[in-house]
Amino acid sequence: MFDDFMVRAALAGIGVAFASAPLGCFVVWRRMAYFGDATAHAAILGVALSLAFSMSIFVGTVVVALLMALVVSVLSGKGYAMDTLLGVLAHSALAFGLVAVSFLSGIRIDLMAYLFGDILAVSRGDLSVIWGGAALVVALIGWRWSALLTSTLNEDLAYASGINPKREQLVLTIALAITVAVAIKVVGVLLIAAMLIIPAAAARPLSRTPEGMAIAAGLIGMLSTIIGLRAAYVLDTPAGPSIVCVAAITFLTTSVLKGLRRQS
Amino acid sequence: MSLIQVDGLSVRYGARTALSDVSLRIEPNEIVTIVGPNGSGKTSLLRAIIGAVKPLAGRIVQASDLKIGYVPQKLHIDDALPITVSRFLKLPGGVAVADVDYALTQAGVPELEKEQLSQLSGGQFQRVLLARALIGKPDLLLLDEATQGLDQRGSASFYQQIETVRQATGCAVLMISHELHVVMSASDRVICLNGHVCCEGAPALVASAPEYRALFGTGTGGALALYRHEHAHDHGDHCHNHSEGAE
Repeated sequence: MFDDFMVRAALAGIGVAFASAPLGCFVVWRRMAYFGDATAHAAILGVALSLAFSMSIFVGTVVVALLMALVVSVLSGKGYAMDTLLGVLAHSALAFGLVAVSFLSGIRIDLMAYLFGDILAVSRGDLSVIWGGAALVVALIGWRWSALLTSTLNEDLAYASGINPKREQLVLTIALAITVAVAIKVVGVLLIAAMLIIPAAAARPLSRTPEGMAIAAGLIGMLSTIIGLRAAYVLDTPAGPSIVCVAAITFLTTSVLKGLRRQS
Repeated sequence: MSLIQVDGLSVRYGARTALSDVSLRIEPNEIVTIVGPNGSGKTSLLRAIIGAVKPLAGRIVQASDLKIGYVPQKLHIDDALPITVSRFLKLPGGVAVADVDYALTQAGVPELEKEQLSQLSGGQFQRVLLARALIGKPDLLLLDEATQGLDQRGSASFYQQIETVRQATGCAVLMISHELHVVMSASDRVICLNGHVCCEGAPALVASAPEYRALFGTGTGGALALYRHEHAHDHGDHCHNHSEGAE
């Protein structure tokens, strides 16, 4: 069954949705949306470096994304607001990445494939990387769930419970780097943040507990993948953006439903 | 033995010294209040005790197996995070349903269990935070301006709840408060802080100390009239002069 490219595409998208659901919830709760963007933009530099040193793209993007996160945490609180810092780093990393790619002679790479992803070209090897990475991310977040949640609510409450919020922040950053690296093939750099944030945001009106929101986000992400792929096939539209569009429509629907319920 | 013994504690943020050479002890079952002007290091002291800031110098010794319940100064629950009161109380894990009921009852709000945290009123929210602090059955409660944002009636009933909790569980309480009249009537001992310990002792004693008057003026003398709490026991009160006085 893995022979069919549509099946592989669906499995890849579901893998990404699986990892980004719990992670995306934390990104939304902690107001780290821009952090996801920045990590994703930095990944282009990782792609360029991986090609230059003929490493695996997964390794290159994880390393650059982690470095970015490290620089941000070192520089933050030193006179720059977080959004300024992320803006500087994200766009410089993207620019340096694009420039670095232009120096790569010999191999012609399809930059569009990294910016927008090419879910229909996912190979069996890619699938195992995606599902391996997704399982790792979900395991990591599941293991630290309560500690992460406590740190998200209040850092001092975390300290009082014997939790180090800085360590939990690091866990989250690592998970984000892995997710970006894994998702780059599926939705591309520009739409990764969308897969993190939109399903989580769409799940918010449906949930009463943090766990419920993570599960709902996962279901919305997976459904968006399946419906989006089907729509792309029928309407002959680009696959990655179609998935994001379906997620966005789901977000709109749950928000409107919530608004209606409030009024009644 | 003391629940907590702080010796020569100094805390610095960058170039700014928040606390210098602070020493104090908290004994079982007593209510101690820290008063002091803004920026006098009150919150830093509590944060050092829970381990959220690293001391520059000095040490903090806890009694073995000391369980601390902490009520932070401000806690903004973002509406993006859906969480019920009972789920909040079960963090970070290992808490039974019976414990949730017990803690909410102790805090005086047993009916809030199924409510969303972000929908609570200020007073309800403070009670829930108190319940969260009580859920581990602490030996010491730390309260950082727990009645901020409550009206006079709300804060009076909150402090009454603290007293009830102390009587029911026998825990000690170390709290920060700006409300001097509450401090005077509810505490066994008052510590006046201004980067260093200006003076400490029974409320009546501290209120008449020149260091305290230098910080708060004599206008709070009226607060003393409200102080009717009888102290049968002696804490070895002492008020001593610091040559630098109020900084």
